[in-house]
Amino acid sequence: MEQKSHIEAKKLNVYYGNNHVLKNINLQIPDKKITAIIGPSGCGKTTLLKSFNRMIDIFDEVKVTGEVLFDNENIYKKNIELTHVRKKMGLLLQRPFPLPMSIFDNVAYGPKIHGLKSKKKIRELVEFYLKETSLWNEVKDKLQAPATSLSIGQQQRLCLARGLAVEPEVILGDEPTSALDPIATRKIEEKFHQLKKDYTIVIVTHILRQAKRLADYVIFMYLGELIEAGPADKIFNEPEKELTKEYIKGLIS
Amino acid sequence: MIKRKIEEIVFKILMYSAFITVLISFFIILFTILIKGIPSLNLKMITQTPKGGYYLGKEGGILNAITGSLILACSSTFLSMMISFPIAVFLNVYNKKKSRYVQVIRFSFDVLTGVPSIVYGALGLIVMYFFNLRASLLGGTIAVTLLILPLMCRGIDEVLQMTPKSLLESSYALGSTSLETSFKILLRQCYPGIITTILISFGRGIGDAASVLFTAGFSDNMPGNFLRPAATLPLAIFFQLTSPIKEVQSRAYAAAIILTMIILFISIMSRVISLRFEKYKIK
Repeated sequence: MEQKSHIEAKKLNVYYGNNHVLKNINLQIPDKKITAIIGPSGCGKTTLLKSFNRMIDIFDEVKVTGEVLFDNENIYKKNIELTHVRKKMGLLLQRPFPLPMSIFDNVAYGPKIHGLKSKKKIRELVEFYLKETSLWNEVKDKLQAPATSLSIGQQQRLCLARGLAVEPEVILGDEPTSALDPIATRKIEEKFHQLKKDYTIVIVTHILRQAKRLADYVIFMYLGELIEAGPADKIFNEPEKELTKEYIKGLIS
Repeated sequence: MIKRKIEEIVFKILMYSAFITVLISFFIILFTILIKGIPSLNLKMITQTPKGGYYLGKEGGILNAITGSLILACSSTFLSMMISFPIAVFLNVYNKKKSRYVQVIRFSFDVLTGVPSIVYGALGLIVMYFFNLRASLLGGTIAVTLLILPLMCRGIDEVLQMTPKSLLESSYALGSTSLETSFKILLRQCYPGIITTILISFGRGIGDAASVLFTAGFSDNMPGNFLRPAATLPLAIFFQLTSPIKEVQSRAYAAAIILTMIILFISIMSRVISLRFEKYKIK
């Protein structure tokens, strides 16, 4: 890899109880590109993604060995300031989960907890990020309405705006379009294309076509192991490993 | 096919009859206290304290018991809320679900919920002896707090457990601390459920006679000092109901109407408040 990299995993192993979910993962995520993690269900894609911002911590009986380096700092070392690590990575989940408050407060929540007090600044930020996610025109007249009153596609974009508002460097998406209809999916994908100028984006997807549409770089996982990683063209057109070939052809799923 | 249809019908009938049994019991209780109590219900009851010989059928009211009960129930509900919300948050946010520790605590609360209230009264009495307190409003508050604490803890705990895990994830992903997640996200999400729990606990607290029997004492004066004995509605009902005089017995039912009305009023109020927050809830 010639580029410098935000996220790097070294000998990463994750166990859920006795279940060895990630086996000796070594990888680098290229900067300011869209990286897609693909692979069949239950292969550890989501676990890998969530190990990048230590979200796996909140699951039961998790054990992690090895390192995940973020800006050359191991985020699994002791005494790390977790809130800072997580602030630098926005997370989009399979189903959008807006916070139980108004649309405005959803976006304002992040900047507020990180110490922004000026009401004027907060209002500007909210407007900026709602525009950034093309939501502003749809919600500008009902900013005080509960976030749950939005459609599910709008909610996902609200979650994106909320994540961007804390000024992360990386966006992590755990199948961020799997609950959305095709139109809402396209909107999110367009956003990703615009956002990769400024952010490093990592998404998990089980839809090959989506990976082809979006990804610059692809990581293929199978049964907890990293089988192959490389630029999208190469993985999709001339994969080296037999397993990758079969998966791309749709023989295993 | 027919067997499945019959199953369906049988269970429907069972459900309806269970529902109707509960409804009928509720109305029987309500009608009993209304029919027996209304003749004695008058404005004096809620505006006057007992004059001499009230429990023998003379002039006066039970304002002291109403006030006493309200103060006692409010303060112990408040106290146990202050204790049980942190406990529930501790169990749900700061510990993992399958932790043995959490399971032991939950089990203990379940056991404590089933302990009869007279035992809490006795426990309160021991605590009072330890601090050299006489029967007083404070003693009653302690006993009732102990009584409703396990109920409230488990209630709030159950409500918090129903929060979708992904909501917590979303909050953490923004860089919130556990504390911010608890108070800014979890509390708002669970507000309606928590209100209901508090309400149930309040109802249990204001209506319980056994726990205040030794601890709060009884008095004909208005409660003004936490260290003095105070009258409570359940005990006022109890004393009047055991009187041989018909008229006094009828006053007991009137007092029961007042107690029911207080609970009804508070239920409706909290319903209204929690409805306002329901709309933000993530389903």
